[in-house]
Amino acid sequence: MSKPLNIVKSRFVPIAIENIDTDQIIPARFLKATTREGFGKNLFRDWRYNNDNELEPKADFPLNNPNFSGEILVAGKNFGCGSSREHAAWAVDDYGFRVVVSSFFADIFKNNAQNNGVLPVTVSEEFLQKIFALGNEATLTVNLEAQTITIDATGEQAKFDINNYKKTCLLNGYDDIDYLLSIKNEIKEFEKA
Amino acid sequence: MSTLFDKIWDKHVVKSIEGGPSVLYIDKHFIHEVTSPQAFDGLRKRGIPVHNVKQVVATADHNVPTIDQHLPIKEALSKMQVQKLVDNCAEFGIELYGLGHPYQGIVHVIGPELGVTQPGMTMVCGDSHTSTHGAFGSIAFGIGTSEVEMVLATQCLLQSKPKQMRITIDGELHKGVTSKDIILYIISKISASGATGYFVEYAGSAIRALSMEARMTICNMSIEMGARGGLIAPDETTINYVKGRKFAPQGADWDKAVAYWNTLRTDDDAKFDVEINIKAEDIEPMVTYGTNPGMGISVNENIPSEKAIDEKEKPSFLKSLQYMGFEPGEKIKGHKVDYVFIGSCTNARIEDLRAVASFVKGKKKSDDVEVWIVPGSKQVEAQAKEEGIDKIFEAAGFQLRQPGCSACLGMNEDKIPAGKYCISTSNRNFEGRQGAGARTLLASPLTAAAAAITGVVSDVREMI
Ligand code: SF4
Repeated sequence: MSKPLNIVKSRFVPIAIENIDTDQIIPARFLKATTREGFGKNLFRDWRYNNDNELEPKADFPLNNPNFSGEILVAGKNFGCGSSREHAAWAVDDYGFRVVVSSFFADIFKNNAQNNGVLPVTVSEEFLQKIFALGNEATLTVNLEAQTITIDATGEQAKFDINNYKKTCLLNGYDDIDYLLSIKNEIKEFEKA
Repeated sequence: MSTLFDKIWDKHVVKSIEGGPSVLYIDKHFIHEVTSPQAFDGLRKRGIPVHNVKQVVATADHNVPTIDQHLPIKEALSKMQVQKLVDNCAEFGIELYGLGHPYQGIVHVIGPELGVTQPGMTMVCGDSHTSTHGAFGSIAFGIGTSEVEMVLATQCLLQSKPKQMRITIDGELHKGVTSKDIILYIISKISASGATGYFVEYAGSAIRALSMEARMTICNMSIEMGARGGLIAPDETTINYVKGRKFAPQGADWDKAVAYWNTLRTDDDAKFDVEINIKAEDIEPMVTYGTNPGMGISVNENIPSEKAIDEKEKPSFLKSLQYMGFEPGEKIKGHKVDYVFIGSCTNARIEDLRAVASFVKGKKKSDDVEVWIVPGSKQVEAQAKEEGIDKIFEAAGFQLRQPGCSACLGMNEDKIPAGKYCISTSNRNFEGRQGAGARTLLASPLTAAAAAITGVVSDVREMI
């Protein structure tokens, strides 16, 4: 079970870099935890701090910029490529993001995000650039039920795609495993055949 | 008119959800210490057992030291993670090929070598390079930890059928050009995201001519162009490789299996969403210069100039070169390297070690480089010793270490220091992948070995 998600209206954190891979989202040396919690503090660790030192945040990195905040992360094309580590989705979630917006997501990241109640929203490159061009006071509204994302100041809106099944899961906070356990008998029948 | 992928997929669909994914049955599930602990916690929380322990294969690879493996692991967190795997396997009744076991090794090396990996199967692991196993004509792909929990609990996953791409490579490879160069070449052409959303079938005469281990190298890096996985239709090479291995079918079961495997090929009239054709003759030894695997060039080419890069991609390109300490337009051949890493699930099988050994026999490494050879498994290590390959490496000044993922991702102590250049046979050149600040140049084992001898990026064809 994860938190149900429907409408998220919030400011956003823009990271206008393409091909952000999971090694940047959560470097391998932080994968040694054996629980799901606490990964948020190491989100983008190597881009956030000088010399891995929390006392030396890099001022120009958006997560360290007090002008940027909110529950929506906006990132360049091909977000989440690289390894299958779910820790990347946990880190994004644990940091407090509920939605990630990009013009393209790597497959495994997208799955992992959805399985943890984080909504990946794919928009056109053009729409993405419009968001990047907004000032830091701007807010976005993501409506999962309607499958829309809106730039609140101008009312500009884009539709996004999501598989119906995943949508129902996210709206209700269900995960896949609840469903699979509910059809265990059918799985056993399949194994016999 | 189905593809090879369709045939295997259709056989494994338990049911389809209206407007949603399919429930896909998984034959084999590999687990390792990094992506499994939270999945076992999930089972405990729900109070449920593993669905069928016989379908799970476990090993410790990502965190393990590559020297003195018989001693306790020094790093506390690594030690705890490996111990968690031992405890979880014991509690849930899963057989573990852990540290000290003669079958221990990188999960994608041991599956094939034990004969667990077979044509026609569906296979998953909480690790993106699970695509390696597709070389046998199976559907194999990486999953996240929640999905590890699903497969442990139900032997099933919810999956939407991906689009399909076929990459056909016809012709003959030049001498000194290997399957690693083929895949680096493909990724450089279609980019690090060029196959996202697709499953890729590799075909063509150049693929058919490859050994099983060389095919694994290609399927291994399918993920580096964004694909969920890659596969190659089984043929005689595949069947001969599987035959007689520990978990391969025996007797009448074997005959039945082979008869089935022989049906596993794409029908002539099957349609792919995308088709790409490549001439083997066009491929030269490859090396990457940037921080994603799509940034590859032939060793004789120059790094692209700023002009050659799309305006929109320029910031990432320049950022990447700055990290690497390279100038746009610079020549890569002759650039110094500090470390040579020959290892990982891409290139640490016995054939890789043999190829390196036969190239370096009688040669000595450059004084300025450190060379680590990390075999993919205990069995590869033992085989190398049996063949005297260890002696050749020793004479060349190469360190032959013990099996594990090692400097492929630097989770253990094998890290490349910041700012240093490492020519590596692994699969990822991301920032910090081999250690914070480390600079990775991906290449084939032969190209890496050539650099080990000269101390600089070299064209191995001039040395053989
Ligand atoms: S060798 Fe590298 S790529 Fe392969 S499983 Fe280990 S860490 Fe992953």
